[in-house]
Amino acid sequence: MSAQPSVDLPFPGLSGVPTADGAQSGRDYTSDQEVRWCPGCGDYAVLKAVQSFLPELGLRRENIVFVSGIGCSSRFPYYLDTYGMHSIHGRAPSIATGIATAREDLSVWVVTGDGDALSIGGNHLIHALRRNVNMTILLFNNRIYGLTKGQYSPTSEPGKITKSTPLGSVDHPFNPVSLALGAEATFVARTIDSDRKHLTGVLSAAAAHRGTALVEIYQNCPIFNDGAFDALKSPDTKADAIIPLTAGQPITFGAPLVADEPEGLRAKAVVRDPSTGGVRVVATAEVEADQILVHDPSAEDPSTAFALSRLTDTGYLNQSPIGIFRQVARPTYDDQARQQIRTAQGDAGGTGGGIGADPQTRLAALISGGDTWQVVG
Amino acid sequence: MSKQVKQLDRVIIRFAGDSGDGMQLTGDRFTQESATFGNDLATLPNFPAEIRAPQGTLPGVSSFQVHFADHDILTPGDAPDVLVAMNPAALRANLGDLPKGATIIVDTHDFTARNLAKAGYATSPLEDDSLNDYAVHPVDLTGMTVAAVKEYGLSRKDAARAKNMFALGLLSWMYGRPTEGTIGFLSRRFAKVPDIRDANVTAFKSGWNFGETTEAFAVSYEIKPAPMPTGTYRNITGNLALAYGLVAGSVQSGLPLFLGSYPITPASDILHELSKHKGFGVTTFQAEDEIAGIGSAIGASFAGHLGVTTTSGPGVSLKSEAMGLAVITELPLVVVDVQRGGPSTGLPTKTEQADLLQAMFGRNGEAPLPIVAAQSPADCFDAAVEAVRIAVTYRTPVMLLSDGYLANGSEPWRVPEVTGAGSELPAIDPDFATEKNHHDGEVSEFWPFLRDEETLARPWAIPGTPGLEHRIGGIEKGDGHGNISYDPANHEFMVRTRAAKIAGIANSIPPLEVDDPGAGTPHAAKVLVLGWGSTYGPIGAAVRLARRAGHRVAQAHLRHLNPFPANLGEVLAGYDTVLVPEMNLGQLSMLLRATYLIDVVGFNQVNGMPIKAAGLAETISELAKATDSDTEGAAR
Repeated sequence: MSAQPSVDLPFPGLSGVPTADGAQSGRDYTSDQEVRWCPGCGDYAVLKAVQSFLPELGLRRENIVFVSGIGCSSRFPYYLDTYGMHSIHGRAPSIATGIATAREDLSVWVVTGDGDALSIGGNHLIHALRRNVNMTILLFNNRIYGLTKGQYSPTSEPGKITKSTPLGSVDHPFNPVSLALGAEATFVARTIDSDRKHLTGVLSAAAAHRGTALVEIYQNCPIFNDGAFDALKSPDTKADAIIPLTAGQPITFGAPLVADEPEGLRAKAVVRDPSTGGVRVVATAEVEADQILVHDPSAEDPSTAFALSRLTDTGYLNQSPIGIFRQVARPTYDDQARQQIRTAQGDAGGTGGGIGADPQTRLAALISGGDTWQVVG
Repeated sequence: MSKQVKQLDRVIIRFAGDSGDGMQLTGDRFTQESATFGNDLATLPNFPAEIRAPQGTLPGVSSFQVHFADHDILTPGDAPDVLVAMNPAALRANLGDLPKGATIIVDTHDFTARNLAKAGYATSPLEDDSLNDYAVHPVDLTGMTVAAVKEYGLSRKDAARAKNMFALGLLSWMYGRPTEGTIGFLSRRFAKVPDIRDANVTAFKSGWNFGETTEAFAVSYEIKPAPMPTGTYRNITGNLALAYGLVAGSVQSGLPLFLGSYPITPASDILHELSKHKGFGVTTFQAEDEIAGIGSAIGASFAGHLGVTTTSGPGVSLKSEAMGLAVITELPLVVVDVQRGGPSTGLPTKTEQADLLQAMFGRNGEAPLPIVAAQSPADCFDAAVEAVRIAVTYRTPVMLLSDGYLANGSEPWRVPEVTGAGSELPAIDPDFATEKNHHDGEVSEFWPFLRDEETLARPWAIPGTPGLEHRIGGIEKGDGHGNISYDPANHEFMVRTRAAKIAGIANSIPPLEVDDPGAGTPHAAKVLVLGWGSTYGPIGAAVRLARRAGHRVAQAHLRHLNPFPANLGEVLAGYDTVLVPEMNLGQLSMLLRATYLIDVVGFNQVNGMPIKAAGLAETISELAKATDSDTEGAAR
């Protein structure tokens, strides 16, 4: 796949986090714990990608924290030699919020799955996104419950036959990207476990983002939902299934429009649909070049990003946009909370100066405030 | 003509009116005046859960009771000596609590047919014989207020709103309260609206002057200051004291305070208060729900802050799973439960002690945690400091129990010394791990569950500490190294070790002290009254009543509910009868019976209100009478 998100190094999203003295390798980030996912699980690919990507951040290893919830993917922190917490079902964003708000000098990552993030933890996810706490959320979406052995998830296609839905699920699924955009997330992207290059590019951009970055990773579960993303992975179908989103590029996909120009426009294009206010797919040959939507993740208004997210199939995935949907700057919750404290401490500039008196003396003044009276002996 | 001044040793006044009548403010000001004057006091605010229940109705009545005295007192009092009723509903709702002969001051202005009907009166009680047993003073408080503030050109509605200050002025005259504090308070509060400020000050002064000049009130009263230990005093509510205690714990430990909280009655004021203290490095995070409140606090603790979450019973229910996470990850955390009437939504603004067993057992698995309870509004400060000490020292979540009565009630507080060598606060050392702690030949590692031999506390290594990178989580860990372990023997060992760690906290808490004037003499008591939490005041008052009636009674009160003080079993064994008063159906009783295999007698009340001393004193006296006579028998 050619789409490569652009990244501004060295990671303004991580300013405040101390950098490493020397070069690091993936080995530095590999813990001594045996990895225990099923053979063929997509989580292996993501773990490898993250382990080899983290050294690129150039951060001190001890200043990186991975927090997870419950589910197969949530074992992730055990396999990384950083600080980590494998917490409880759905609550990782709340725990990460506490960590990120308490400590400016930490790079905070959340690893979660479609059940963890969108079912039991849906509330925490949307509130983290709206607050824009400085953290990166990796949402492993395999469209199934794996750890509990194969029930449908909130992203499973309608009609899915599982252990808990023998006649087919009658639930309508969430589209995680649409949900995140609805919560006004400042960074929303989607990538695929098997595309190491794209995955790494998206991770870089997410790390560079200051605020909550949500990265949906399509991840294959070979045991309970094998092949869920085959259309996006098979050489025969992927060109027609993946709609690559690249900042500044017209959005086209499918076979090359001109057979011997593989880098040129593709046969299918995304254009605005005045009848709905959304977007739709047309034959590139039937529209003028300037009608084709040029992707702009930095657009302040999330409407177009949302419209693009709606090009994702609800049922079996024969078509899905991949890339960065939205990437905009908004003040983060944690930066502002810390700034309020610094200001109250008379150190608005963050130089470490401020209130002169020692804490005990200030405590004495606090508790003897208000209307007091003296009792003398 | 100068009026007669009568000496009294104590008075209980209840201000009652509509929710919008400003009764809480009125009571609060009267309390401040009494505190400044030097009386000992205790207060009991009582208000509906609805912000503005329908005007003039019984459910809309809000009241504030203050008990003040020339000696030390323990409760807001059982029955008011004076009721100030601003409308018919306030009279009707409170009349049942008045003893015969009590004084009733009534604002006659609202005794219209419509308002009488709303309160359920067929005829005006001011015009029939129904109040004959009381000393009733019908006064048109509203009318006189409106007349007094005429010059400020307020609307009639705004003018009438100052009637609470008129009432306060009148009562301030009656009991010789100092007025400067209230005038200063009104001037500050309404500084930006001079008309309102002047109207309130004028109404307050007019009420005072009315008392002094009218013939309706022939006598004023004097209640001398109470002798108290020397020091600086202030009046303080439980929620404020608890917030200060948390700040003090943060200062003592050097850990920035992180409060993750979701608003809930009656705990929200702690969130409000702490949000003002960013200067102490306090972060307050108003979370999206109770679970995120505790989740964020756990995260902050992991990151090396003092994680705290504040809530009431319904919130504790939601936090249970996360409390289990804090138990197994062994992170310091303070969970504050300001108990209210339950179950479910229950009685949000009323008090109860029915969360003790929830605090003790309300989690899946063997998940023990220490429980600390405050016994009076001012004591919430010390209890909070103690909760922080235990949490940080032992790396454990701690339940800190307060309740609705403590939260909103107030009393004078001798402000402790917190600086220098004379500081009354304990040292609290977070003792962060900085070095690898496990050495095997050439290899050195950090083992997050290698415990301190004495406290069994695990090392607390915070992110940013090089070389100590580690993972913790909700899955059972192997002893020492802390890696995931499903080994049966290891699980059993870890369960028992976590339990032993909590039990061992008893080594750091003082033995239970028993108050028995006859101890060590042939007149030693055989009845022990044992309580916990906010029943301290009513139990103390009841024990005094029983002793005054000639009975031998011992009293003890538990600060720590888990673990119990090491000598508790021995104490219990020393008495024939142990009476346990609680605002629940016998939760401490159950723990005592189960732990020590002794029987106790329960005195249980769950009506949303503090236990009344008089009723409890009768029960104590009955029990003591039986053992008094035993003693006599033995003596013969």
